[in-house]
Amino acid sequence: MSLSVSLRHAFPGFTLDAAFDAPEGVTALFGKSGSGKTTVVNAVAGLLKPDAGTVTVNGRTLLETAQKLYVPTPQRRVGYVFQDARLFPHMSVAKNLAYGRWWGGAPSAKDTARITDLLGIDHLLDRAPLALSGGEIQRVAMGRALLARPDVLLLDEPLAALDAPRKAEILPYLERLRSEAEIPILYVSHSVAEVARLATTVIVLEDGKVVRTGPATDVLSDPTAVSQLGVRDAGAVIQARVLHHHDDGLSELETSAGRLFLPRVEAQIGATLRVRIQAQDVILSRTRPEGLSALNILPGTITSLLKGDGPGVLVQMASGDDQVLARVTRRSAQALELTEGATCYAVVKTVSVARADIGSDRAAQ
Amino acid sequence: MTPLEWEVVTLSLKVSLWATALSLPFGILTALVLARGNFPGKQLLNGIVHLPLILPPVVTGYLLLLTFGRRAPVGAWLEETFGLVLAFRWTGAALAAAIMAFPLMVRAIRLAIEAVDPRIEDAAATLGASRVMVFLTITLPLTLPGIIAGAILAFAKAMGEFGATITFVSNIPGETQTLPSAIYAALQVPGGEGAVIRLVILSVILAMGALLVSEWLARRVGHKAGRA
Repeated sequence: MSLSVSLRHAFPGFTLDAAFDAPEGVTALFGKSGSGKTTVVNAVAGLLKPDAGTVTVNGRTLLETAQKLYVPTPQRRVGYVFQDARLFPHMSVAKNLAYGRWWGGAPSAKDTARITDLLGIDHLLDRAPLALSGGEIQRVAMGRALLARPDVLLLDEPLAALDAPRKAEILPYLERLRSEAEIPILYVSHSVAEVARLATTVIVLEDGKVVRTGPATDVLSDPTAVSQLGVRDAGAVIQARVLHHHDDGLSELETSAGRLFLPRVEAQIGATLRVRIQAQDVILSRTRPEGLSALNILPGTITSLLKGDGPGVLVQMASGDDQVLARVTRRSAQALELTEGATCYAVVKTVSVARADIGSDRAAQ
Repeated sequence: MTPLEWEVVTLSLKVSLWATALSLPFGILTALVLARGNFPGKQLLNGIVHLPLILPPVVTGYLLLLTFGRRAPVGAWLEETFGLVLAFRWTGAALAAAIMAFPLMVRAIRLAIEAVDPRIEDAAATLGASRVMVFLTITLPLTLPGIIAGAILAFAKAMGEFGATITFVSNIPGETQTLPSAIYAALQVPGGEGAVIRLVILSVILAMGALLVSEWLARRVGHKAGRA
């Protein structure tokens, strides 16, 4: 199961020239607004006819401009969740969900129940779309796309129009979707936090061109990718398993590098989580620090240093099987004699890890 | 109501209902083409549709006579092929009313179609609906309030049509004498004011009735569309 895309399309003042493969799982199409993300998704859905290109889903060719092959949108079997949801205002939620019956046949009651349960929308079926909250609207839109039984799921910034609490409400549903859906999911986003939580593969678009692709954990912990993702948002993702929930409101997690104490996480003991540790929240020390309030001290070896234009240095450190990214000043890097291969300790304050940066991991399901 | 008045009212209703019902499919189609189509000659079509609105009604009536008269090309062909005679018949009155009301009907429906977000239609297409199904399940239901408004407007206009009707089909009691023609005829008779007043009151009652029906329909459709 995979999606293969190669496109060229010229707009006045902007040219898209991008090619990539999206394997099963969530492939994040990351980039600033205007980088061509939505154009790619629209071309995959057939809502835009590119100047040249090919689109293949699981070996089925949807677009091959060289052979003038152009499968019309209704026959493409793509589930598209739009940024603005686009529910049908004159139909109830139940009718919206059942709309995509044209190629898959009417969804069975069992399928419908499974999806509405997965997305937590079973109590909304009789409602009109106008009576729903923003988060509910997006969940119904996802259910509608899924119930059409698509070969590929396209999510175009489904959280962009929502405020932070609504985003937090939907992210767990997207995680469940990722583990349940057995189709490639193309997730368009300009938020590193969302990408870090959801993506298995990351494709970075810049001015209509693919500037980086790779597994999410690699791309996010690569200092050279930071300029493309945004320095403020830089941060590595590490895997952690829940060991214990303590009475003082903390959860103890095990990582390949050592123990991690985080604010209480809503996960069962034994569950695997992905935790994003922002580079600017990491303090580096050459010796194991003592008498420090920070609870999390991860030992490791520096694997690379990247000096930016400003006063900062990005330090990548191998810690166990994971990578940790730290942003320190050049002055500190010199004072501590940080070099490749040097032993180092990463100090992470428990409270600095935001709840939104902790999510469930695919491997755990 | 006297039998004569009753005849005038039922004939007016018959003419207007036929005019509205038969022009509605064409009205929807024309509105769709004008709202969504992109082809050379679109402005020309738009002009032709609006012509009855800007031409003097007498001119429209005369043009109808030139086209659909019994010896005119289209009129003769219709009589030979279908046995359908329009000139000086109630069927002709219905045609005249339909043509005069057509621009109003198309305008109302066109505005409603233009108000439907094409992105919602795109969403339906990604879910597998063909163009026809998108129109039937999305565009048409969302346009329904506008279609009803257009139909009621056309009906009201047909009820009041005078100039083109009297030119094309004259003013024959029992055949082509609709309410406005009957009022006009009564006014020509000395001492006919009493009859005129009665017909005027009937006109007002019918117009108000049509308005109430349209409000009621619009509210029902609005409820169904979840926008009440």
